[in-house]
Amino acid sequence: MYSEWLYIGVFIIIGIIVPVVPLVFSALVAPKKSNPSKQSTYECGIETVGESWVQFKAQYYIFALVFLVFDVETVFLFPWALSLNRMPMFVALEGVLFIGILVAGLVYAWRKGMLEWV
Amino acid sequence: MTAEQILFLLTGALILGSALMVVATRKLLHAALWLVAALFGVAILYAILQASFLAVVQVVVYIGAIAILFIFAVMLTRREMRDQGQQTRTNWWIAALLGLLILAGLVFLILAVPGADRLPAALPEGLDTVRALGNALVSPEAYVLPFEVASVLLLAALVGAVYIASVGKKD
Amino acid sequence: MTFWNDPINFIANWLTGLLTGWGVPDLWATIIEYALGITALIVFAMVLDILLVWVERKVVARFQDRLGPNRIGPFGLIQPFADIIKLVIKEDITPANADKVVYNIAPVLAATSVISLWAILPLSSRIFGVDMNVALLYLVAAGALGTLAIIMAGWSSNNKYALIGAFRMVANMVSYEIPMVIILLIPTILADTMSVQGITQAQSGIWFAILSPLGFIIFFISAIAELGRSPFDLIEAESELTAGFNVEYSGMKFGWFFASELLHAFTFGGFMAVLFFGGYGGFFGLEKVAGFGWLTNPFVESAVFLAKAMFGYWAIMWVKYSMPRVRIDHMLAFNWKFLVPLSLALLVTTAILHKLLIVLPTWQYAVGMFASNVVIITGTIEILRAHGRKQRKAEEKLSPQPVKN
Repeated sequence: MYSEWLYIGVFIIIGIIVPVVPLVFSALVAPKKSNPSKQSTYECGIETVGESWVQFKAQYYIFALVFLVFDVETVFLFPWALSLNRMPMFVALEGVLFIGILVAGLVYAWRKGMLEWV
Repeated sequence: MTAEQILFLLTGALILGSALMVVATRKLLHAALWLVAALFGVAILYAILQASFLAVVQVVVYIGAIAILFIFAVMLTRREMRDQGQQTRTNWWIAALLGLLILAGLVFLILAVPGADRLPAALPEGLDTVRALGNALVSPEAYVLPFEVASVLLLAALVGAVYIASVGKKD
Repeated sequence: MTFWNDPINFIANWLTGLLTGWGVPDLWATIIEYALGITALIVFAMVLDILLVWVERKVVARFQDRLGPNRIGPFGLIQPFADIIKLVIKEDITPANADKVVYNIAPVLAATSVISLWAILPLSSRIFGVDMNVALLYLVAAGALGTLAIIMAGWSSNNKYALIGAFRMVANMVSYEIPMVIILLIPTILADTMSVQGITQAQSGIWFAILSPLGFIIFFISAIAELGRSPFDLIEAESELTAGFNVEYSGMKFGWFFASELLHAFTFGGFMAVLFFGGYGGFFGLEKVAGFGWLTNPFVESAVFLAKAMFGYWAIMWVKYSMPRVRIDHMLAFNWKFLVPLSLALLVTTAILHKLLIVLPTWQYAVGMFASNVVIITGTIEILRAHGRKQRKAEEKLSPQPVKN
């Protein structure tokens, strides 16, 4: 019996080939009559002003950092959830403590006004 | 060579090649995308070792969160998006030397581990590695303290991020 | 074992015999079998995807009091095939300033990330790709690659609209992923496994939607956000960003973004069925009654699964065509100040109650779990109501006295 990952590997390779086939076929049969105005950046007919790769609000980044911490936390919780049924009651409380410590962090961020959009 | 070894070598080449491109490419965003490729290669290594949980967590956390945050940070810094300047510093050879020394040290350490030159034995049929990991994480005889300390560490990271952000806000 | 009882294994055994008879090595025989099976599965998904274009257009037409496609073929059924031919023979325009390599990889990655979900989708107890013990995290991992594809598309187009779409994708991701992953823990706890087959079989007696209705509601909301469908369609937002991340794409490359969005929605309908509505089974024990044994036939199970998935897909469409778009600050606040605390409270309650009540008979256990959800929902609504009242009072104080007329 081979690993389930062999199946996933073959699946992803075929999953890449399948979308590529119509693109290749399209490249063969589609017309190619390009000109500069076709290739210009689309802004509903108006010429682009300035750089297109614009800077953006740093506000998103705070949410992203909070997100990262919680993402790592939930990953730790999956093994905990699986051992819950075979272990005594205090295992559930260990997980609750783990979540509680992080909720304290969320409350702190909330209190500090980091979850407000400015 | 077995098929597994060929796969391992190919994955290693992918990781090393992408890692090299991370430092060699001119565009910062391409560097971040090559980093994604390198991290995906590490996930493949875990999959070859049948460490299913680590393989998916590698994709969820490293590609799904950390690499996307990298891309995001690159997008936030406007001027660096198309870097034109000199890419190497004059004392790059010191870094190369240090890198080689660390590599030599790691190889030495790994060779000292008994059984490092053997292929890993196949996992016993029907072993649920995630459940075993969970039991080890929560049982008091094993790793329950590191499990809870990890939570405190994450709390510290969160408080630190909030603090830095609130300092920047007052300016 | 006959074809009708176990079609996949029947064909696989026949193929193994054939290939080893030809002297093909064991590993390669397995890979060839896998490749054939996977190709069949993906082709099925693609044909379904084409039909979904028709379903989507027909349903939105009905929601908007129109007829929808009705010219080509009976009920316009041939319309999506005509659409695809048109997309393939359209000229593919790449903007001159685009980052060409990343621009071309993005649509393929978007499609692959959705297709790879079908590897773990349990169509029936005997028709499925692979039964992993980390299937639920695999679901999240595939979603991460889809997020990456949209960010790549938005950045590489070198267009302001597309770039704003990419930024909003990050905001979208940070607003749904945490509640979704927390809610994925609830079926894990209830079924004591992460494998989709195990979760389906654990629901043969009672659906998890009954044990944890609030969990289903939160999963439904975060699934809509992950799909980027209205009211969370900020990444496309045609009225403000024209088409968001895919504004520069044309021809078949645009086609892949469109197709993968539809297939993604259907696949999530399928996962909702698996996680909360018993998947291919969940007949409340009816299949054990004499005369109903045919319910466990793999073809019947697949039909049941596809019907449930289609219903989930329809529910997602129902929300999409009824709700206006949310504002980005509302979306973030809704997630961090409402969904995350609520889902954490639900997770803690479920874990403790499950541990306490599992020793009781099934019906008492079910009533207890359901009641706990009702208590949480009522409490949440009361807190929200009190909060709303407070805010209204504060606003009344600020605003001038209403003029009497």
